[in-house]
Amino acid sequence: MINYIWFFILVIGIVVGILTGRADSISKIFTQASSNTVKLLIEITGSMCLWSGIMKVAQKSGLTDKIAIVLRPILKFLFKGEGRNEKALGFIIMNITANMMGISNAATPFGIKAMEEMQKYNNKKDTASNDMVLFLVLNAACIQFVPTTILSFRAACNSKNPGEIIIPAIITTTIAALIGIISCKLLEKNF
Amino acid sequence: MIAIIPLIILFVICFGMKSGIKVYECFVEGAKEGLMVCYKIFPYLLAMIVAVSVFRESKALDFIVLLLSKPVRLIGLPPELVPLVLVKPLSGSGALGIYMEILKNYGPDTYIGRVASIIMGSTETIFYTVTIYYGAIGIKKIRHTLWAAIMADLVAIIMAITLARGMF
Repeated sequence: MINYIWFFILVIGIVVGILTGRADSISKIFTQASSNTVKLLIEITGSMCLWSGIMKVAQKSGLTDKIAIVLRPILKFLFKGEGRNEKALGFIIMNITANMMGISNAATPFGIKAMEEMQKYNNKKDTASNDMVLFLVLNAACIQFVPTTILSFRAACNSKNPGEIIIPAIITTTIAALIGIISCKLLEKNF
Repeated sequence: MIAIIPLIILFVICFGMKSGIKVYECFVEGAKEGLMVCYKIFPYLLAMIVAVSVFRESKALDFIVLLLSKPVRLIGLPPELVPLVLVKPLSGSGALGIYMEILKNYGPDTYIGRVASIIMGSTETIFYTVTIYYGAIGIKKIRHTLWAAIMADLVAIIMAITLARGMF
């Protein structure tokens, strides 16, 4: 899908540009945009590394486990089928916790493990169970306490206060996640 | 609100010290991983930023924005954010490139910059998640997954708009 989107953005851009007599500035923009990307990357690298370092401390110090303790009863309440199984629930908790800490690299392996555990107890192997759908939706709308990438990007663009979006982002995701859960519970009977 | 970043860092390192880990070494180890992340996202950023820049320069973007401005105004979404909202569910790194473009063009502390930041900080790319997780265990019928996720995504966009207006 992203293949087509990228292809069409570029083709339409180039064709429209040439047809409207902007071939000149289009040629320039290719080199300009490329070197701009390098500049931007250099600017975000500093804060990306800073946040990765801080989050590593959070992870190693057991702060992550503290969140897991709070999450367990909530998730146990939400998952009614295969997800209740102890092993699956463990992976689900670790996945959601990693997502909350903004370490999605660590979240994905746990997520796949959780899916494999749930699949063992799934009756129709080619069809997603209610719990699997809920797990995916929770992944798509997951609260992130420190949106590290966004903070780095804002800082790189000289924001006066990069952190001002943290609280509105948390409120937004909490409500989005709630709507996601409600939609799952309402829709699962009809699909 | 200004102090939120220093407070988070203070809290994390104090907690680390208290639980007896080597905070300095952990930090360095994590920072190294951060470097790898930057290295990995560069090609994706380049692909998207170049494509969107060309699209913008050709004035094709202005045309699309004009075309969609009526329907998106209904939910109060600034038309400039249409490309971000469309790409976000499909590709996280692609959206990051577009987000960067928006911050550069409109500034991070403007209404548009804030709405974009809240949207970026609140939803993940559902298509990526579906591909990876369902792909890993061979699920073909995904039932209501997309509908529920799109509902959540829409609510996130509307919330981002409302909060950016109300809180700043």
